Amino acid sequence: MRGPGPTSVVRSAEMPSYSLSYLKQLESESMYIMREVAAEFKNPVMLYSVGKDSSVMVRIAQKAFHPAKIPFPLMHVDTGFKFPEMYAFRDGFCRDIDVTLIVERNEEWIAKGCHPLKMGVDKCCSYLKTGALLEALNKHGFDAAIGGARREEEKSRAKERVFSLRDRFGQWDPKNQRPELWDLYNTRINEGESVRVFPLSNWTEQDIWQYIKIEKIPIVPIYFALEREVIRRQGILIPVSSCSLVEDSNQLKTDEEKIETVSCRFRSLGCIPCTGAIPSRASVIDDIIGEVRAAKKSERENRVIDLTSDSSMEQKKKEGYF
Amino acid sequence: MESAEKSLLRFTTTGSVDDGKSTLIGRLLYETKSIYVDQYEAIKKTSKRKGLKDVDLALLLDGLAAEREQGITIDVAHRYFETPRRKFIIADTPGHVQYTRNMVTGASTADCAVILIDARNGVLTQSKRHGFIVSLLQIPHMIVAVNKMDLVDYSKEVYDRIVSEYQAFSDKLDIHDIVFIPVSALKGDNVVEKSANMPWYEGTTLLHYLENVHVSADRNLVDFRFPIQYVVRPHLDFRGFAGKVVSGTIGPGEEIVALPSGKTSAVRSVVTYDGELQEAFAPQSVVLTLRDEIDVSRGDMIVRRNNLPQVSSRFEAIICWMDEKPLSMADTYVLKHTTRTVKAFVSRIIYKIDVDTLHRGQASSFGLNEIGRVEIAAASPIFFDPYKLNHGTGGFILIDPLTNQTVGAGLIRGVSKTLEEVIEGEKKDEVQQRRSPHAVWSGWNIPREVREDRNGHQAAVLWLTGYSGSGKSTIARRLERVLFDAGCQSMLLDGDTVRHGLCGDLGFSAKDRTENIRRAGEVAKLFFEAGKIVICTFISPFAEDRAFVRSLFPSGRFFEIFVKCDLDVCKRRDPNGLYGKAMVGEIKEFTGISSPYEEPQHPECVVETDLHSVEDIVGALLRQLEKDGIIERIYLS
Repeated sequence: MRGPGPTSVVRSAEMPSYSLSYLKQLESESMYIMREVAAEFKNPVMLYSVGKDSSVMVRIAQKAFHPAKIPFPLMHVDTGFKFPEMYAFRDGFCRDIDVTLIVERNEEWIAKGCHPLKMGVDKCCSYLKTGALLEALNKHGFDAAIGGARREEEKSRAKERVFSLRDRFGQWDPKNQRPELWDLYNTRINEGESVRVFPLSNWTEQDIWQYIKIEKIPIVPIYFALEREVIRRQGILIPVSSCSLVEDSNQLKTDEEKIETVSCRFRSLGCIPCTGAIPSRASVIDDIIGEVRAAKKSERENRVIDLTSDSSMEQKKKEGYF
Repeated sequence: MESAEKSLLRFTTTGSVDDGKSTLIGRLLYETKSIYVDQYEAIKKTSKRKGLKDVDLALLLDGLAAEREQGITIDVAHRYFETPRRKFIIADTPGHVQYTRNMVTGASTADCAVILIDARNGVLTQSKRHGFIVSLLQIPHMIVAVNKMDLVDYSKEVYDRIVSEYQAFSDKLDIHDIVFIPVSALKGDNVVEKSANMPWYEGTTLLHYLENVHVSADRNLVDFRFPIQYVVRPHLDFRGFAGKVVSGTIGPGEEIVALPSGKTSAVRSVVTYDGELQEAFAPQSVVLTLRDEIDVSRGDMIVRRNNLPQVSSRFEAIICWMDEKPLSMADTYVLKHTTRTVKAFVSRIIYKIDVDTLHRGQASSFGLNEIGRVEIAAASPIFFDPYKLNHGTGGFILIDPLTNQTVGAGLIRGVSKTLEEVIEGEKKDEVQQRRSPHAVWSGWNIPREVREDRNGHQAAVLWLTGYSGSGKSTIARRLERVLFDAGCQSMLLDGDTVRHGLCGDLGFSAKDRTENIRRAGEVAKLFFEAGKIVICTFISPFAEDRAFVRSLFPSGRFFEIFVKCDLDVCKRRDPNGLYGKAMVGEIKEFTGISSPYEEPQHPECVVETDLHSVEDIVGALLRQLEKDGIIERIYLS
């Protein structure tokens, strides 16, 4: 035969289709946002709440700076009311991926026995979450805080920018937001101001679970269904093991209420007194994805915190909560 | 379809107050089952409290307390829904006069714009303003939804009048693709389901259009631009440049130049957390490492040596002013463009555009929501392309350094010194005008898959591109004969044949060539859907035209085959004596002589007819088709 062999006649190309799936586009956008933060702020921090969105956010941060380490610390604002499984997961996870973890608590109010039943949900949140967060940001001098909030979660979040300016009191002014064009983020702030950055703004709950599945991202085990002893209250399942935290101990009414054993899981993770479980048999990720796809209720349905008024989230955000 | 494999469409919606935009989006969310029971219950409760008979779907969207009180929309909101085919991100923007800045913001990332017109009110000044912004921001696709058709008795006359009035206006704008759909968001006509109330309307529903509009071809995959975001330096032995590929593609070994230093090197590797890539493309976020230690940092840009952006500190741009405090030529602003931030000022105001009449007038300043053309002088050069060609390197924002507010959005037109006044109102091209606005898409009677099953092979399109005389037809004829003899369903579309009939009205100007290829692509598509292996031989010198044809077919079924042959060999072969005529000027615009040929950057196959025999090449192409699952093995006799 003349000339080179047949394989060199056609320079076969593993033809790149140049199409990027929806999730990969979201991932790329989120990486871009995190790099902007790292490049343009003096002292950024990533707020780590131990939940599924935080887990995704951390993975994307790893991707954004690979092969280097994540160039900012993680900070967990702890109310002391989180599930034991969350604390165990948090410490193991942060050790495994070798990041700096800061834990901040509003010790003063925790010592005073701040509790949603005593103070009301709004006040309790205001002290243990918003207050603690603002104090911690101040104490460390963080000028940018990356959070895992998504616009799809709640109607006031739908209106928020990716880079959300906060005044020196951490307050959000929804009527005075900077226009955000293309991917050109205005990161300039005045003395004392800070920015909350939401790299997962365009993700939905469904996307988060798909990504966790594809990327094999570890999450807190109580997201999965298990037979648990619970009390049913206003359609929300409260695990018996948490009752002492849900109720004031002197008000325990467990003898009046029926203890049932129900297969259930936690759809979103908050503080024990304000977070119920939902009936579910989803014991693996695929089950959860199917459940979310068929979900009839939004993922914050089991959160007591959002239900107090039509604009409760908006109010909290204005005060400095996410 | 797994969620991860779906495509993504970002679209923006706008309309005047009470055009029913919130109801329309509410309807889309409701009918795609994107509303949760607890959310629905909440608005049901509110509707009742307000004394409404029906559930007001618009309430889903009014996010902020101030808006609910006033019943208006005051800011851009983002909504999400999905269908089995696509994921959608809606940037929902209010259409009030005073909120132009929000529409510009929402439009900046949109692939498609939906503009609402109230059928009762007809075309308002604001509807025109919205169309103008669509053309300004070069949103590739635009839908005009004529809403509240139920309130005009579903009248065809009303609809037609609005369509022709709006079309007369939009013809003056630079809008590439516009469709009109009569809907009733309240009743659901033509939103998701085809309306029985408007049998005279033969087009698609809104959702069908949104699900099917082709957007990946709108990306610029030609001009590689990589603004450096962040330098990754975990240890002394690794120095990588993190960034997002704004446009184009890049792979290891390719020669690059860093701007502004002009230092050259080559890409060593494309690093990601998931492993190194052989090629990165827009809009991937990656880390590049280079072969040489050259000094580059954030704000610099890596590009290919033979494809450079413009580099200048003086340029002209269209500015949309977004701040209460008017633009002042005496003020210094901070200009953010890609990842580069420089000081800049407005050195000249060329004209202000009256958004309602599109007239240009003189001005010494721009107030909030005003738009016009200016010249910018920056403290140091930026690296840009005209916005029209590349949104990623053509857009910028201006920031007031005192308040830190984002005060303006800019769209670069070009370097100010060399750019003559661009004649405004570049009309929609002829293809657009020839388009039949009421053509019905009803799907194929017998699906291609069924035909393929019967044929025993997959349908595919083999697109042979190369100079005249490079051997395209010879290869194509032999290849088709072999396929035919092996029992395959095939068809050969030859450039010369097509020009005798279908394209007999076209010449050889760049524009006519583009139209020629467009028609050929559409014909190939018909044969493809008939289950055939379609072999096409067209010089098709322009990459953009070939990319269009590619966009018509599913991935894996279109094979761009670069028939490579030294131009001198082609000239010597000159089968029809054309080169001879071209060289003496008898034929104008002849590829290779007086008209350029853009070589394919990423063809599926390259065959070199000056090095290999026809039989070898055909054999290799057959193996390629076999490898890619189009055909079973065929042996050459």
